[in-house]
Amino acid sequence: MPTQTMTRPEHVRLTEEGKPVTLLEAIREGIWEEMERDPSVFLMGEDIGAYGGAFKVTEGMQQAFGQLRVIDTPISEIGFTGAAAGAAHMGMRPVIEMQFIDFISCAYDMITNYVATSRYRGSGPQPIVIRGPSGGYVRGGPFHSQNPEAAFFHTPGLKIVYPSTARDAKGLIKAAIRDDDPVLFFEHKWLYRRPQLREVLPNEDYIVPIGEARVHREGTDLTIVTYAATVHKSQEAAEVLEKEDGLQVEIIDLRTILPLDEDAIIRSVKKTNRLLIVHEDTRTGGIAGEIAMRVSEKAFEWLDAPILRVTALDAPVPYSPPLEDYFLPQTEDIVKAARHLAAY
Amino acid sequence: MATKTKATPQAAIPHGLDRGGLLEMYRLVRLTRSLEEKLENLFRQSKVVGGLFRSLGQEGESVASAFALRRRDDGTGDMLSPLIRNLGSMLTMGATPGEVVRQYMAKGDSPARGKELNIHFTDYRRGFIGQISPLGDLVPVMAGVALTFKQRGEDRVGMVYLGDGATSTGAFHEGINFAAVQKLPLVVIVEANQYAYTTPTRLQTAVKSFVDKAPGYGIAGESVDGNDVLAVYGAAKRAVDRARSGGGVTLVEVVTYRRRGHAQHDNQSYQPPEDIERWAATNDPLDRYLATLTSNGWATADELAKIDAEVDAHLENEIRDAEAGPMPAPESTLDDVYASGPVAAPWTRHEPADPKLA
Repeated sequence: MPTQTMTRPEHVRLTEEGKPVTLLEAIREGIWEEMERDPSVFLMGEDIGAYGGAFKVTEGMQQAFGQLRVIDTPISEIGFTGAAAGAAHMGMRPVIEMQFIDFISCAYDMITNYVATSRYRGSGPQPIVIRGPSGGYVRGGPFHSQNPEAAFFHTPGLKIVYPSTARDAKGLIKAAIRDDDPVLFFEHKWLYRRPQLREVLPNEDYIVPIGEARVHREGTDLTIVTYAATVHKSQEAAEVLEKEDGLQVEIIDLRTILPLDEDAIIRSVKKTNRLLIVHEDTRTGGIAGEIAMRVSEKAFEWLDAPILRVTALDAPVPYSPPLEDYFLPQTEDIVKAARHLAAY
Repeated sequence: MATKTKATPQAAIPHGLDRGGLLEMYRLVRLTRSLEEKLENLFRQSKVVGGLFRSLGQEGESVASAFALRRRDDGTGDMLSPLIRNLGSMLTMGATPGEVVRQYMAKGDSPARGKELNIHFTDYRRGFIGQISPLGDLVPVMAGVALTFKQRGEDRVGMVYLGDGATSTGAFHEGINFAAVQKLPLVVIVEANQYAYTTPTRLQTAVKSFVDKAPGYGIAGESVDGNDVLAVYGAAKRAVDRARSGGGVTLVEVVTYRRRGHAQHDNQSYQPPEDIERWAATNDPLDRYLATLTSNGWATADELAKIDAEVDAHLENEIRDAEAGPMPAPESTLDDVYASGPVAAPWTRHEPADPKLA
């Protein structure tokens, strides 16, 4: 790999100056650092080069690392996902961007049939990161707001990561790039630039291990298991419930969806005896169903109430604000479900 | 069996080949034919797990195209990804008959350890990546392999095989288009064997010749008689040389005919018997190549018979050893799903129960 002169744009690295960064900037920093650390890391995707990507996650990178390491591709999710697989066979660590995660479905065959099975088939590891902006609450309509994690949750061989904080986002993207398994890395676009999520990140090289959930908020009265944007919706709900009902809600942020940190979930349920699962994805076949079943298998005797879930409705993601608001889980939905559980 | 007869070359050997190369290609074509015949015997004895796929009539193009690659056994050579009818290509790259038989018998000591079937297996050192069954997918994958050669400034080439059916897939289009715009060192071999399972080419595409697709991608294209070993070698060599010298992608159409069904269980009712008979009688690649070698004085019948005998003896040994191999241990089912070893199966954490039961 030819040595590159690294010209880092002013806005790319802020932690050194002790400035807080957004979740988006945290991801950019994480990728940037891994690009510097490991010459086998390279990026492919649509419009990620000179333009820096639709959301500017890769801004400045092509100038810094060159056109052989930051590659603008044709509009072809099967093509560049397959190319990532081939490069991974040759010892590279490709990081590919789905411009919107909705378009990952175009590469479903390549991801589930080819990439996820490669190690098992004896064709070797596939250290690929497939990342992209996901989620709603931004009036993006049916094809720019989806949460397709459940479609891949059922595929052994994949890992799925979905951070909710800037610190985790950076630590997890770095862990994903270093991981020897294929990782789907979902970035919630409603969280990308939220000022409330700005954080001063550690200066040192840190990772957040894939597969470990995090206690986002300690509590004793009931557990909310959630991830991504609904961590923050759940936090808002927990504050309402504390103020108005005197309830101490524990929030578990899964951070990694596959593999599930079952121990963290069971531990919390055994402590609070009540479980509410909240996710932004639609209900039927959603991840909440799997979590509920595992808790039923492992901690049934500890439950004082039925397991409840708050999810999106079983519909495509609608566009108009009243429709999207009705479709997606809102803070008041979580409050309502938690009150029902607490009173059971 | 040994003979002292030496051929006296009468005609110049083309494409930069030498007599050793010509005889090695003959050995490989013969090995492919004979190995598949042996596999057919094993299939009839119910020793093959699942289906058996013959490449009868296509052995010559498989061997000759792969022979054009720089073949190494230390992971520094060119790479190819074969299709189900490219046993010859894999043997050319150095796959052994024993590995192939173990694969077909689903043995625990097969290259894919019983996880994958027939010739779907990989060896990076020798330079081949096993295909998967969704067709066309290896075009973008091999584009990625070629991309890495370009990124690292390595003087290596990728070759991907597909049948005429796979040219209809989105993966074919996306992979070849990506490779074309990036000017990657990739050779795409389209084996036009007239049928995709039962579907004839006229229901697969409206183009007269697959090479007509090449200009649409801005790449070079060449069509060649797929049952002429030397012609295929020449076309493949030109494409490989173009790729290696920075000339980008070439689509090589290899015109041939599938003389057996899609798999052993397919009775070929949709193929006119007279077509099959005609290709067998007048256009068999092994017969044609043998005639070419002897009529040009590049080899004697005795020399070729000696190679035949050595191939047969070699196969006997390899198959005997392969048959003696163990079946995989059931517990290895969970191996290699993830890098960390056995798949996390939390529902079995407390007791060693059947993982299929909650």
